[in-house]
Order: sequence, then structure tokens, then C-alpha cells
Amino acid sequence: MLSVKDLVVNYGAIQAIKKVSFEIHTGEIVTLIGANGAGKSTILHTISGIMRPVSGQVTYLDRQIQKVAAPRIVQAGISQVPEGRHIFPGLSVQENLQMGAFLRKDRRSIAQAYEDVYNYFPVLKQRRHQDAATLSGGEQQMLAMGRALMAAPKLMLLDEPSMGLAPIFINEIFDIIRAINAAGTTVLLIEQNANKALSIADRGYVLASGEIKLSGTGQELLANTAVQQAYLGG
Amino acid sequence: MQTFGQQLINGLSLGSIYALLALGYTMVYGIIKLINFAHGDIYMLGAFWGYFVINQLHFNFIWAMLSAMIFCALLGVVIEYFAYRPLRHSPRITALITAIGVSFLLENGMTYLFTANTRSFPQVIKTVTYHLGGLRISNIQLLILGTACLLMLLLELIIKRTKMGRAMRAVSVDPEAAQLVGININHTISFTFALGSAMAGAAGVLIGLYYNSIDPLMGMTPGIKAFVAAVIGGIGSVPGASVGGFLIGLLETGVQAIGLSAYKDAVVYFVLIVILLVLPAGIFGHKTKEKV
Repeated sequence: MLSVKDLVVNYGAIQAIKKVSFEIHTGEIVTLIGANGAGKSTILHTISGIMRPVSGQVTYLDRQIQKVAAPRIVQAGISQVPEGRHIFPGLSVQENLQMGAFLRKDRRSIAQAYEDVYNYFPVLKQRRHQDAATLSGGEQQMLAMGRALMAAPKLMLLDEPSMGLAPIFINEIFDIIRAINAAGTTVLLIEQNANKALSIADRGYVLASGEIKLSGTGQELLANTAVQQAYLGG
Repeated sequence: MQTFGQQLINGLSLGSIYALLALGYTMVYGIIKLINFAHGDIYMLGAFWGYFVINQLHFNFIWAMLSAMIFCALLGVVIEYFAYRPLRHSPRITALITAIGVSFLLENGMTYLFTANTRSFPQVIKTVTYHLGGLRISNIQLLILGTACLLMLLLELIIKRTKMGRAMRAVSVDPEAAQLVGININHTISFTFALGSAMAGAAGVLIGLYYNSIDPLMGMTPGIKAFVAAVIGGIGSVPGASVGGFLIGLLETGVQAIGLSAYKDAVVYFVLIVILLVLPAGIFGHKTKEKV
């Protein structure tokens, strides 16, 4: 579905991504794990069209998209849930979700999308008229995910969904990621919580200093001693 | 009591002009954090446009104002495109100085082309003064007040109810997230300049009718006062700009009424200083507290 080939991205004067290649197949949950500053968010921003690569290709459904503008990427079916949630404060929960469907025109399918989001996250329905800034961290994460779902993505990019959340919320968020995937959305998940991410992922890549160091199925990487030492506190 | 009522009417008329101008400052600041110092000059150009289409093309008031709004909207978009867009990622001070440069360019360009002489604005609507229980209200004052309120209402509807309005709010609170939901930032910023400049164009034609005289530097002082109005209301806040505009208008006429005409500008700036000391974010501005 998506393949990244020899991607090089600079962040200011620093080469943040050095020839990274990976693939995501339709229906998978793929995770990129790595320490803070490994370049994970840079990769997501490049896929989303917010950052431009120096070289390399991003191919999505047989189309090269590394030079496509951000709105077109969303329209093509790639939605990102950004790190730190980035919900719109001052807009109500419902308005935030409405923003997620910004590029969609068919009212009936948008109404269906609200319903789906409220099914995944009943708490958002209860709070739909509330200012989004008043939600708790976990609820804001749900809202950010709901907003991305409103675009009816084929591929969902999740950047550190568990960051700063209480363990109870983390479990819930990961359950929902699995449910979203089971409902037909392919998922690229970026996480520092490698243990959690690998346990739900079909495949994973380990990123360090802007390069892919290891790859394998979720279970293989969980069992790998190098991964255990570096990322699983083992 | 009578004087008070009279000054209230005069103050509201003048205030609605400031309010229309302040809206442009506050919307542009809200979206790109730029104080567009050329905004007062767009208002001047709106007045000149009105002057020409009424004199040369014999437009009536409605068409003169609507065409001035369209002209200024295009002008705002062009200025943003050529002057501010290339500096989007530069330090804010660079864009600020560029705005001052654009302001000088418009003021001096117009002086060069049309001389610095004051021109009398064609009185496309005959002034009729109504007497109501000792108060004198002119039809022009009612027109200014009515038009300004209508435009503000329209603006509020655009911001609250339309897709572009929601896009404006989204870009102003979080440009990155706005891009991630598919909003085109450049279009949204152009749209914001168009809206704000259209308001300034309308204000220019209205002030031409009210004061009956226009000149290439007419935008300087009202521009700064409208900026003060936007700051007092809470810069970035749309209702704040309207309220701030009316406050400044009332204050100015009030000071004149008690015989301190010479100090009217000083009083406006004094109130600005006091408000900034007491309410640094302005009346409607608030420090947004976000949970992380």
C-alpha cells in the first residue's frame, strides 16, 4: 500500500533521515519504534506532505506522493494523528470532528463517520458540545484519533498515541487501534512504548539515528535481545 | 442629558468605522501573527476607489461600497501574496517591517499619483438630518451604523458557520493540525486578508461620506486607532475588535464633548496603556490554558 524507498530528509541543517526504506501492506499494523529523536515524526511528516524529502520516494497505491501537498494527501486517504494530539482548542469536540471531514462533501457518509467515531469513543459523544481544550489528555487523544477517522482514511498514521497517558487509557487506545485496523484501516504506528506497539503490530521496524537498524514481525522483534536491551528495558 | 445622547450617537458612528478596521487587524493577527500596518492604507484606497467610481462612473452608494470592498479584497490578497507570503517563515520582525514598508509605499505612491491634496468626497447620498427629541441624527450616521453592524453580523456568520470560517479558526489555533486535516493554509490566509480588507474598503467609503474629505494619508491615524481598538478588545478576538472599536469611538467623541479636543488622541493612547496594565490580553483576549 505504501512504500518508502531510500528516503533522506533534512531537519534544518541536520540530516534527520538517512536512506530509510520500509513497506506497509494493505490491512497491516506496522510500527516504527525508536528512541526520542530517532526521526520517527520526521518520517510521518514527510508522508503527510508537511516536510519535503531531499531524495527518495514515497509510493502510495502506485503513485509517487513525496511532492504532493498536504491537503491532497489527506484526500488520497492518508490521515495523521499527530504527536501531542494537536486538537483545536476553542472549538467544540463536535467541531473538531467536523474539521476532520473538511475535504468530504457527501453528507450521508459524513453522518456515518460521526456515528463510527462515537461508537469507538462514546465519551466524545457525551462531551460533543464541550470546548475540546477542557478534555483530559486521554480524551484529547481519542478526539485526535476520531478527527483523523472523520476523513475516512485508508491508511492512518499514529504518532506516539500513548505519550503522557495513564496506563488505563493506554490499554484502551491500543484496543481501539486494533479495532480500527480490524474494520479495514491500515495503520502505521510510531511509538516509544515499544512493548505495547510490537505486541499489536504485524511487523515492525527499529529506527535509530535516522536509519532502520532491524525489522521483523512484531513477535520476532519482541523476542530479539538487542531490541529488548535497547527499547524494552530488558 | 441631551449632549450625552448626541455624543453617544456621534461616538457610535465613528466607533463603527474603527470597529470595521479593527476587525481586519485582529483577523490577520489571529491567523499569521502579523500586525498589518498597511491596513489603514487599504482603507484609504477604498475611499479613493469610492471617490473615482462615484465621480467617473456615477455609481450609486451601494455599488460604490460593494465595488470598493471587492477592490480592497483583491488588493489585500495581492499584498499578502507578494509582500508577506515570501516571509512566512522569517522572523516576525521582518514581516512587521515589511508591513510598514507596504504602508509607506501605498501612502507615498498615492501622493505621487494623485498629489497630497485633500479632495472632497462626492455626496452620493444627500444628507438629511432628523431631529428626535432634541437629538440630531443624520441619515449618514444611521447608514454607517447600520452598514457596519450588518457587515459585522455577516462576518460573524462567515467565521462561525462556513467552511472557510472554520478553516480560519483552525489555522489560527494550530496551523500544523489544520494542514493535517486537509486545510490549504495559503488559501485560508488569502481568504482572511480578503475579508479584512473588504471591511476596510467599506469603512473607507463610509468615512468619505461622513467626513466628506479624503487624502492619501487619511489612513494613518484611524489605522493606528483601530489597531489600538483591536488590542484593547484583545488582539485575535473578533468580538473584541468590534467592542474595542466602539469604545474608542465613544471615548474620542466624549473627550471632544467635554472640551478637550486637543487631547483626544492622547486620551485614546492613555486608555490603551491603562488597559494593557490592568488586562494585558485585552478585554476579550484570554491566555488559553491547554491540558497536555
